[in-house]
Amino acid sequence: MNAAGAVPAFNARAVWAIYRFELARFLRTVGQSLLTPVITTSLYFVVFGAAIGSRMGEIDGVSYGAFIVPGLIMLSVLTESINNAAFGIYFPRWTGTSYELLSAPISPFEIVCGYVGAAATKSIILGLVILATAGLFVPLQIQHPLWMFGFLVLTALSFCLFGFIIGIWAQSWEQLQVIPMLVITPLTFLGGAFYSINMLPGVWKTVALFNPIVYLVSGFRWAFYGNADVAVGISLAATFGFFAVCLGVVWWIFRTGYRLKQ
Amino acid sequence: MANDYLLPMTHILEIRQLSKTYASGLQALKPVDLDIRRGEIFALLGPNGAGKTTLISLVCGLLRPSGGSVRVDGHDIQRDYRTARSLIGLVPQELATEMFETPMAAAAFSRGLFGRPPDPALVERVLRGLTLWDKRKDRIQTLSGGMKRRVMIAKALAHEPRLLFLDEPTAGVDVELRRDMWALVRGLRDDGVTIILTTHYIEEAEEMADRIGVIHKGELILVEEKSRLMAQLGSKTLTLQLQDPLAALPAELSPWLLKLKDDGHVLEYRFDIHAQENGIPALLRRLHELGIGFRDLNTEQSSLEDIFVSLTGKHSQVAA
Ligand SMILES: Nc1ncnc2c1ncn2[C@@H]1O[C@H](COP(=O)(O)OP(=O)(O)OP(=O)(O)O)[C@@H](O)[C@H]1O
Ligand SMILES: [Mg+2]
Repeated sequence: MNAAGAVPAFNARAVWAIYRFELARFLRTVGQSLLTPVITTSLYFVVFGAAIGSRMGEIDGVSYGAFIVPGLIMLSVLTESINNAAFGIYFPRWTGTSYELLSAPISPFEIVCGYVGAAATKSIILGLVILATAGLFVPLQIQHPLWMFGFLVLTALSFCLFGFIIGIWAQSWEQLQVIPMLVITPLTFLGGAFYSINMLPGVWKTVALFNPIVYLVSGFRWAFYGNADVAVGISLAATFGFFAVCLGVVWWIFRTGYRLKQ
Repeated sequence: MANDYLLPMTHILEIRQLSKTYASGLQALKPVDLDIRRGEIFALLGPNGAGKTTLISLVCGLLRPSGGSVRVDGHDIQRDYRTARSLIGLVPQELATEMFETPMAAAAFSRGLFGRPPDPALVERVLRGLTLWDKRKDRIQTLSGGMKRRVMIAKALAHEPRLLFLDEPTAGVDVELRRDMWALVRGLRDDGVTIILTTHYIEEAEEMADRIGVIHKGELILVEEKSRLMAQLGSKTLTLQLQDPLAALPAELSPWLLKLKDDGHVLEYRFDIHAQENGIPALLRRLHELGIGFRDLNTEQSSLEDIFVSLTGKHSQVAA
């Protein structure tokens, strides 16, 4: 007989099934998943680190090549988190296999744990691979490794949640791509990945402070070099704030069944 | 909650006043009451757009009901959705599979989703039962349509459901596979699984079902034992291609319920195959006497459409 009545309050097996299934997809294409960002990062170092960086001098006592490492990692982690998580949930919607998610004894929370957990895992692996690649080009120092990892995890989770929202909202492949392209990439470039926002002229500096990515990059850079554009406490609060907002939206989506159930 | 377990357990599924109005305003399902007996095979018949898939989707949690309630083995599908859903397996009408995965991985995934511990032996049995074992390591993408449908069945069976929904399992499936499917369904029933299937093929319902429900324009207009229904519904149509068109039916032909079609070129006579006297010899004699010649004639088993027409006709009479 089926185990009716003995159904657990948290369907950990389902979360694990989704997590494994998603990671298996990643591992099948691991070469291509990691190769592209590794090549891209290397190119950044060739161009910004060596060619331009040699004329830039130090920022906050750090060589330019080393200065851009945290920003570069964040850039890739943000983009890949959004893409992976958005794709992860959009794909079953697109192929129609999401019927199974809806008919299975799983709560929305468990679905999010599975998909966002898997996407975040990929992003974190990616972030660490890029970090290792960067180490080949510039001497790295990480003053607060635990904080560095903490920021990495929190950022990956937040933006995977954000990607999950896009994956549920999108009605086409175009829409799936439009947010990362239109919003996130410019925000990242204007988020102090390649410069200290203290280098911006007065008004722009104030404008930049409305960009949430400034806080992520700044906090992350602090973990590396011990100095930051904004106080690390504020960075942490902003990152948590973004995480909470994404969590709230996901909660609302499932409460209302938005675009999942008619 | 304790009350749930004191209910009479003859019904594995109890649907009460279940209805669905889509956002478009279309009422796809009018309030439906239906009890499914434990261990039976129930066939849901109805023309395209009748509401069969809507009904199934509501029970399986794919749609939000506009009203009413559903209990699976006494468990409410909303309050106690985990237990209710863990008892249900669903093979939807549309083909939708994890294209880049293998049948084995897909089935194991489904089992996990339903909270069951891994059981490679069971997955093997399911795949073998569906003659998918040789293909277990192929990408689903590379399988034929019929095999993909079997993968979907394997996924639905991987968590050992007690109540299985098959939404048009044999649509677009060849005769051999259809026979296999029927055998599979019977095997499941022998294991105590209750099965609800939808179909457009009356032979399929006739072959498989213990009971038949007919749904029409979102209304469940009939639920009946198959044996009784088949007796009522067994009729054939005799079609005569007339030599010369008739303007109207002559009064001499009134004893037969005839229909004149195609501007008077075609005469149709519907008769009961179970009747002692089907009236055909007499009809042909009378036509001869009247000098009405015909070029060709044939008889046809009533199609499902005809049956729906006759049923919905009856239904509106009852309603009137
Ligand atoms: N998502 C939807 N939004 C609006 N209307 C819908 C939706 N899905 C189905 N309908 C409508 O609801 C009615 C019932 O559809 P349903 O799919 O339940 O029919 P069905 O009996 O399964 O038909 P078929 O035999 O073709 O599969 C149809 O009129 C259909 O157009
Ligand atoms: Mg249907």
